[in-house]
Amino acid sequence: MATKNAHFEKKEVLHDLKHFLPSQAPLKDFIHHNTLHAFQHLPFHDALIEATERFGYKVYLTISEYRKLYADGKINEAILDRTVAKFKRSESSEWKEYLIHKIYEEELSPQIGRIRSKWKTHFHIDLDSLVHPLLFRIVGSYLDQGISIWNFPAHENGFLASIKELEKNSLISFFKTKRAKELLLTGKTELERLLFIVIGKEEYYEEYLFDQQFAHSGWSGIISVIEDNPQTLIDKKVISLEDLICLELLLEIDALDDQFGEIWAPLGLKLSNDQTDPVEPTIDRELMEVKRIWQEAFEWSYYDTVLGGLQLAASKEVSNETPSFQALFCIDDRECSIRRHIEEVEPTCQTFGTAGFFNVEFYFQPEGSDFRTKVCPAPVQPKYLIKEVQKGQKAKQDFHFGKHSHGLIAGWLITHTLGFWSALRLFFTVFKPSSGASSVSSFRHMDQDAVLTIEHTNNEFTADGLQIGYTIPEMADRIEGLLKSIGLTENFSNLIYVVGHGSSSVNNTHYAGYDCGACSGRPGSVNARVVAHIGNDARVRDLLKTRGIVIPEETQFIGALHDTSRDEIVYYDLSVLTPKNSSLHHKNASGFHIALSNNAKERSRRFMVINTKAHAKKVHEQVKLRTISLFEPRPELNHATNTLCIVGRRTFSEQLFLDRRSFLNSYDYSKDEDGKYLLTILNAVAPVCGGINLEYYFSRVDNQKLGAGTKLPHNVMGLIGVANGIDGDLRTGLPSQMIEVHDPLRLMVIVEHDPEVVLATIRKNPATYEWFKNDWVKLAAVHPVSKAVMVFEDEAFIAYHPVTSEIPVAHDFMSLLESTSENIPVHLINKKSYGTVH
Amino acid sequence: MEQFINLFILLPILGFVLSILIPKKKEEMLSVISYTTIGAQLFSAMIFSVIWLIKGAEVINLKEFSIFKSNGYDFYIDFYFDRITLTYLLIGALLTFIVTIYSRYYLHREEGYKRFFNVIHFFYLGYNIVIFSGNIETLFIGWEILGVSSFLLIAFYRDRYLPVKNAVKVFSIYRIGDVGIILAMWLSHHLWQENISFFKLNNYELVHDHLAEHSLIGLAISMMIFISAAAKSAQLPFSSWLPRAMEGPTPSSAIFYGSLSVHIGAFILMRTYPFWEHQFSFRIFVIVVGVLTAIVATFTARVQSTVKSQIAYSSIAQIGMIFIEIALGWETLALIHVAGNAFLRTYQLLVSPSVVSYKIREQFYNYVPREKTIEDTWSKRLEYSLYILSLKEWNLDSIMYKYMWNPLKRLGAKWSFLTFKNVYIFFALTFLTGLIFAINPDWLAPKWRFYMPLIFGFIGLLMVVKAFTERASVRLSWSLIITNHLGIALAISFNEHFDVSHHVWYLSGVLISGIIGYLSIQRLRHLESWVSLDRFYGHAYEHPKIALVFLLASLGVAGFPITPTFIGEDLIFSHIHEDQVLLASFIALSLIINGLAAIRIYARIFLGPHVKTYHEVAKRSS
Repeated sequence: MATKNAHFEKKEVLHDLKHFLPSQAPLKDFIHHNTLHAFQHLPFHDALIEATERFGYKVYLTISEYRKLYADGKINEAILDRTVAKFKRSESSEWKEYLIHKIYEEELSPQIGRIRSKWKTHFHIDLDSLVHPLLFRIVGSYLDQGISIWNFPAHENGFLASIKELEKNSLISFFKTKRAKELLLTGKTELERLLFIVIGKEEYYEEYLFDQQFAHSGWSGIISVIEDNPQTLIDKKVISLEDLICLELLLEIDALDDQFGEIWAPLGLKLSNDQTDPVEPTIDRELMEVKRIWQEAFEWSYYDTVLGGLQLAASKEVSNETPSFQALFCIDDRECSIRRHIEEVEPTCQTFGTAGFFNVEFYFQPEGSDFRTKVCPAPVQPKYLIKEVQKGQKAKQDFHFGKHSHGLIAGWLITHTLGFWSALRLFFTVFKPSSGASSVSSFRHMDQDAVLTIEHTNNEFTADGLQIGYTIPEMADRIEGLLKSIGLTENFSNLIYVVGHGSSSVNNTHYAGYDCGACSGRPGSVNARVVAHIGNDARVRDLLKTRGIVIPEETQFIGALHDTSRDEIVYYDLSVLTPKNSSLHHKNASGFHIALSNNAKERSRRFMVINTKAHAKKVHEQVKLRTISLFEPRPELNHATNTLCIVGRRTFSEQLFLDRRSFLNSYDYSKDEDGKYLLTILNAVAPVCGGINLEYYFSRVDNQKLGAGTKLPHNVMGLIGVANGIDGDLRTGLPSQMIEVHDPLRLMVIVEHDPEVVLATIRKNPATYEWFKNDWVKLAAVHPVSKAVMVFEDEAFIAYHPVTSEIPVAHDFMSLLESTSENIPVHLINKKSYGTVH
Repeated sequence: MEQFINLFILLPILGFVLSILIPKKKEEMLSVISYTTIGAQLFSAMIFSVIWLIKGAEVINLKEFSIFKSNGYDFYIDFYFDRITLTYLLIGALLTFIVTIYSRYYLHREEGYKRFFNVIHFFYLGYNIVIFSGNIETLFIGWEILGVSSFLLIAFYRDRYLPVKNAVKVFSIYRIGDVGIILAMWLSHHLWQENISFFKLNNYELVHDHLAEHSLIGLAISMMIFISAAAKSAQLPFSSWLPRAMEGPTPSSAIFYGSLSVHIGAFILMRTYPFWEHQFSFRIFVIVVGVLTAIVATFTARVQSTVKSQIAYSSIAQIGMIFIEIALGWETLALIHVAGNAFLRTYQLLVSPSVVSYKIREQFYNYVPREKTIEDTWSKRLEYSLYILSLKEWNLDSIMYKYMWNPLKRLGAKWSFLTFKNVYIFFALTFLTGLIFAINPDWLAPKWRFYMPLIFGFIGLLMVVKAFTERASVRLSWSLIITNHLGIALAISFNEHFDVSHHVWYLSGVLISGIIGYLSIQRLRHLESWVSLDRFYGHAYEHPKIALVFLLASLGVAGFPITPTFIGEDLIFSHIHEDQVLLASFIALSLIINGLAAIRIYARIFLGPHVKTYHEVAKRSS
């Protein structure tokens, strides 16, 4: 675009287009990712400038929002001064003045759409409104996964071929005029040929295609995703971006022919005569610089309190006793608070955080289904399959989603009879919500009583080469990796809980985004059960002994699932427990129960409509009700407010109250001197947590172009995406209900280790290193002994001295929680720590 | 007992007024007011219904008061209650009550929370006026309120392009329905020589006698009523608006377009049934349209790949069947069908987001690759043709463009020599000439006296066509709307002896609204360097107050029942003789277009994506 290539290279341009288009998968596979992944090769702020310049995205808050944050004390003055000084050295007082007082025009005039807008200026024709509705309709129907009753009749040979097949055998045409139809039927649909008709001048082809496709980046993006990854659809469709562009060009030719006959000059010719056009885009560099400083000051105002807090919260006592139980949770920021509550209720326990697939990577195939779902981080390609057998429950049916109500005669019968049933349902929907066929429950992912094929026996493989279950050594490898990475290699309690997480909601098109990100947007229940099973296997333990991990015989693992929206826990396979452990578990479970209610109470302060001050049990009931109420667009707030990722021992951070803002990954530096496990952790943290964080960031700063806007008017398109109304573009990113309380701050990863080791570690994997090098994720290392803080900047660690010299102490954080619905600053919570001594 | 009927109008008025008065920030108070007033309505409706049924279910007709009265003309408010009213009252109160409670949480923290509840109340008021109306004049008041509240609700997300575009589109279809009613009023005034009440239509002999004498007028009235009903209930050829109306928050789509608004067409057919019961050819016509709609909409529903448009077309098909039932005289069945369809579609729309998880799960376990459908057994040619036709919604949307709006645009383009400055000169000259002749009709030859109304009616029409198609000057377009009204007034002046009071009724609202609107435009031009009609400007983002004032002014010039012009329009028509069909159609067309032109100006300058991009602005395709 910026460079006008006189020569048009189709392959290159298509590749570029696909690179820049949104890469969001269909709804069922929704996974958080960096919205501006295409710019990730550039340093963060430079990337933002380019994204703004090219695509007109809004990438920061507005100046007035920053100034308000400053006025409200959320941007610290000392930090602001420091930041201005850092970027502007000698001119700092001048720039501070700019930041605080200067008036800026924040208007954007991006490159994108510039050429295509010339249709309007030169031809007085609005191609978008002539072409889009039909184009979206055709594409939507072709890709539809099961809404329409009568499917697109042809589909075998790809998109354009199917359209051609229809067009050839139909009395009715998609086109209004002859030429476009003939081009299609005679197969003269090469991109270059069509572009020649429409644009005529090769140097404009590339830019025109960007303009054209970014006018509906939602549809183009999903087509690009499906082209590269056809198995993301259950009902597979062959389609390519090139096919889409060809059809769109044909429809444009058709619209132009219809208006002007076949004699009209290609747009390119008009452009060459156009002398008045501004050549280079205008972007106010000073404004971008000002915003960059504001953004950095905003971020460091928060980071500073955390880093300062970590230094202040020197762990005073570390106990050597065996904890009453141990519990492994997902790294997820939503588990940050439940761990705190459990530790509060049961001070002698010990909790851990790790990526929620618990180091067991496999596909899961529920009984009765021919499909598998991946339950490990998206980039991992598992070689294993675990099946569910002997399942009990069956899915409920609901006629409201059935096809009959849309038929003429059946519809007539249904409206006369079941229509009145709907009235009753409506009534209960509002006055007595209950879980029905329309709701999504994390507990339904796997039948609680079903058997899993965890162990590889009889040398069983699937047709496509997946191994059914793990062998004993493979099991040992996985649990060894898990335990060592979190530093749990001795002092085992009698009970070790492995708690996955998922979420329940209803009327929620983005439900997949609510489950565990480390399990590819599925609940982590199967993984938790599998790990517990592995951990309980005597043969595995024998192998572990040889590798230096001795798990006492009385120790037992329990798999469990935490539902983050309902705050409920289900435990699996309790029948294997010894009588002693069974009674211990009963005691623990009642503690968990209290912690869950407290957690629900903590979450409720953000919902505004619940009285947080009420008794925890009562609040908990209301919180649960939200997950089955059709009218509740916020069953939970997911990752909103996430900002931190702490990689270290629990003792490193447990005295800080972090307000559900932190991903927590347990890691014991003393057991990993060469950073072997740290690398595995950071390899997952950067893309998973960084992806989540940046998707929230961009959906928050530009909820219209990078987010999905409010979800209230959303209409489901073909089960793959949502749009506003019936003929809009697909909306990508997060709906406003998910991000409205989110502060757009980049993720700060804080590692408890020697900075030198950290530096050496992140350099080992270029993909991971890019995240840190280009500042898309911030990184700090806190020395475990000296507590000195180093931050990663310009590819090196430099010393950082927090401004924060004291932080408030919360003696009773429950009352702190009741006090506000806003973000709560970092507090110290004093408590005794348990764990192994180092 | 009878006086209780007033309660059912007063409660919605109370709800609406209170919702306007409550400050924007008070979410809780707004929702409490909403569900208590509507809940009270539901509760009293249930009690009233029971008592009414016990007392023998006798039809109630309640003449309220006259708004305007002169010799032979009486514009009065009249209420009416029978089992049709009863059914619609209960459906409406129940669904609105449920949806208000639903929206209380659903819209929590949404920008425009208050606006949403205001519009719901406004809509509900209009709905109740329609279903309780005892004559066509009263019905028309409610009808207009429904139209405007629909526009406001579709354009609820006023900062995006598609909602605004579709709101204008739907408004234009509604406008056709409005004029159907105006013409039906005009014709029936000539037929009955009075403003007849629905109650009197039950008098078989009266109806029979009048129709026997004027069977053609009778048929024409029925056709006009049918056009209104078909437009409101999305029957052929108007069907394509319904799916496009699904732009607001889901609960509002559910209640407006899933249930209440879309069944009003069926209501008006049932209400006027005694009138056309004996017009056999008309009944056949209704059945034919019903059958065609049912077939076309069913096929269209079958190919829809979006959940809301599928529900919309399925609903249209059922309403087609309801039309058939009404024409066959099966009123009870039709009423049950209306209720069932309303409940079913409302619920389906409310749970529509759940379709993803439900169907994906269903497929995950029971995936059958490509189910065979009935169409697969047909010949390829038939199958593909029908598929493409259904995918293109049987060209219903493009037909509207091709035969309605594009010819208008071409006509308007012919008048491009008119500019803001010379339009005054042009119009002043013609108008003065006309005025002189109107005052001194004797100066004209009798033949010319006959043509003068037509000439000025036509000039008025051209003015408004130009206003509607003007792309540049806002002030020009606005002024032309006003001159259109002046033209109409002048045209009518030739018809009878110059009756000043009628013209005062007609023009006072137009002129006042015209001036207010003009001042708003001037104010905006002062604040913003540039506004024109070539695109959407979205100035409501920065100037919501000017936007509101201008909206009211637009409604004023469009003859909405907030100014005397509303009555004036009806009065004007009462001066058109029954043989002046051409004049009536000029004026009717003028009224359609000037309402549209005014709303178009409002939409272009105040709605749509904001022209300034310092904040988040949605893409055009959303």
